[in-house]
Amino acid sequence: MAETRLHAAPERWAGLSPIKFVLLVAVLALIVASMTQVAPTPKQLADGVPGMIRLADRMMPPNLDPVFLTRIFWRIVETFQIALVGAAIGILLSLPIGWLAARGVTPLGRGGYLVKAFVSLLRTIPDLVWALLFVATVGLGAVAGTMTIVVDTIGFCGRFFAEAIEDAEKEPQEALSVIGAGKVSIFFGAILPDTAPSMINTSLFALEKAVRASVVLGLVGAGGIGQELKVAFDLFQYQNASTIILAIFVVVLLMEWATDRLRASLQ
Amino acid sequence: MADVLDLETTQKRAAAIRQGLGDLVLSASDLGKSYHGGSRILDGVNLNIRQGEKVALIGSNGSGKSTLLKCLIGLHPISCGKVEIMGDAFTDTAPARVFHRIRRKAGFVFQNHCLVRRRSVLSNVVHGMLGQRGSWRGFSQTLAPQGWRDAAMEALADVNLASYADARADSLSGGQQQRVAIARALVRRPQFLIADEPAASLDPVSGHDVMALFATLCRDRGITLLYTTHDMDHARDFSDRTLALRRGRIFIDRPSAEITKRDLQETFDG
Repeated sequence: MAETRLHAAPERWAGLSPIKFVLLVAVLALIVASMTQVAPTPKQLADGVPGMIRLADRMMPPNLDPVFLTRIFWRIVETFQIALVGAAIGILLSLPIGWLAARGVTPLGRGGYLVKAFVSLLRTIPDLVWALLFVATVGLGAVAGTMTIVVDTIGFCGRFFAEAIEDAEKEPQEALSVIGAGKVSIFFGAILPDTAPSMINTSLFALEKAVRASVVLGLVGAGGIGQELKVAFDLFQYQNASTIILAIFVVVLLMEWATDRLRASLQ
Repeated sequence: MADVLDLETTQKRAAAIRQGLGDLVLSASDLGKSYHGGSRILDGVNLNIRQGEKVALIGSNGSGKSTLLKCLIGLHPISCGKVEIMGDAFTDTAPARVFHRIRRKAGFVFQNHCLVRRRSVLSNVVHGMLGQRGSWRGFSQTLAPQGWRDAAMEALADVNLASYADARADSLSGGQQQRVAIARALVRRPQFLIADEPAASLDPVSGHDVMALFATLCRDRGITLLYTTHDMDHARDFSDRTLALRRGRIFIDRPSAEITKRDLQETFDG
């Protein structure tokens, strides 16, 4: 009790320095200023509602014509193939890239920072931009889509693999080093078993991400179901579009369910 | 591969030691080690160990025991002096290949066993072959050559853990894990074994068992053993000679049976 009387309570805003306060106000001002430029006004929202209702009405009922459904089914299969192959190649390439980028483990020394910067570059450029670049270089179709997913996956997995490798237990690595093991043997013998759960988890997220990305790649001509969606909207075939959107929804949902189950089984 | 697994060579080595003919395995002269900032951990260490000897290294915390062991196999670079170990000599400017050669001939056991937790016991013992020719296959028992798997099973049998070959390393008790670490060190039949407080992380009974197993295996195979310990019973019971390290220097070097209470007091108080 005497202790309470002797010491006054700390200031309510003790953690907020003047500099932090100014920064906070500046960020809030930026958000408010931007909202006046780009956020929808209540009037715009109100005006848009009837348009949305009209569009939803034209989308119903979805087109369930067997010939159309068969075409969509094969497009979905192609989309899944783009995601699966792209993610698989990307994950495999991310292993050596993550190793080369990992601080304290890379055999490249300071060169590891360059690898990290390269991975950041891959991650920074959005997948649709990569898709445009690959469509321009290898042409329209699924190959451009697969290459986009590969690059996107390396940008994602390369970073997280490198971080997992940096956090791997050091003692077994030292033990293998004392035995005379080289860096590659240490990677496969000590680092990979220790980081495997984290890497599998990251890979499953990458696969989920790849499925979602591969759906929209078709909008710029990189193959998959997105191409059908673009055609449907361009030709005002809204019933076709609603079928495609439902198919995408089911595929993404199934993918998330499957990866969730896999992740749970790994715990 | 053939030379390290040659049973005949091992038996000849053991016989030679029993006759007192052991060659010099390790020789360190004026060995010094300083860290950046100038603190001197080792200061003019002179040390000779003959083949087949079992030598205990004692000293208080911070006396430089672990640093000395790590310097001997190049895990820590030395600042001055010279080390000659199993025919390979190095100073403060040794190329990496010298240490690689030394590590292929010597075995090292850590205080905390340092096993790869998520791998099987057998894979961990097969890891002992890494650094040998064709070692890329040694990171897992699945890919390892049959000869390596057989050698690993034999090493596991030597430490009475053959029935645990399939088990994950982290499912074993501390004492069992340390025995797996010993099997990993023994699997390629090293001439020289260095152990950094191999019993320190274990309870007294397990620690005594591990040390007894260690000493027996080394005696039977003619392996030279240098180990650090805080436990004077372990030094007296399992070594021929005890070295005491104080302030970075060896100030006692005599048969373990002759170490007195006064010596211990000077070692740990001084």
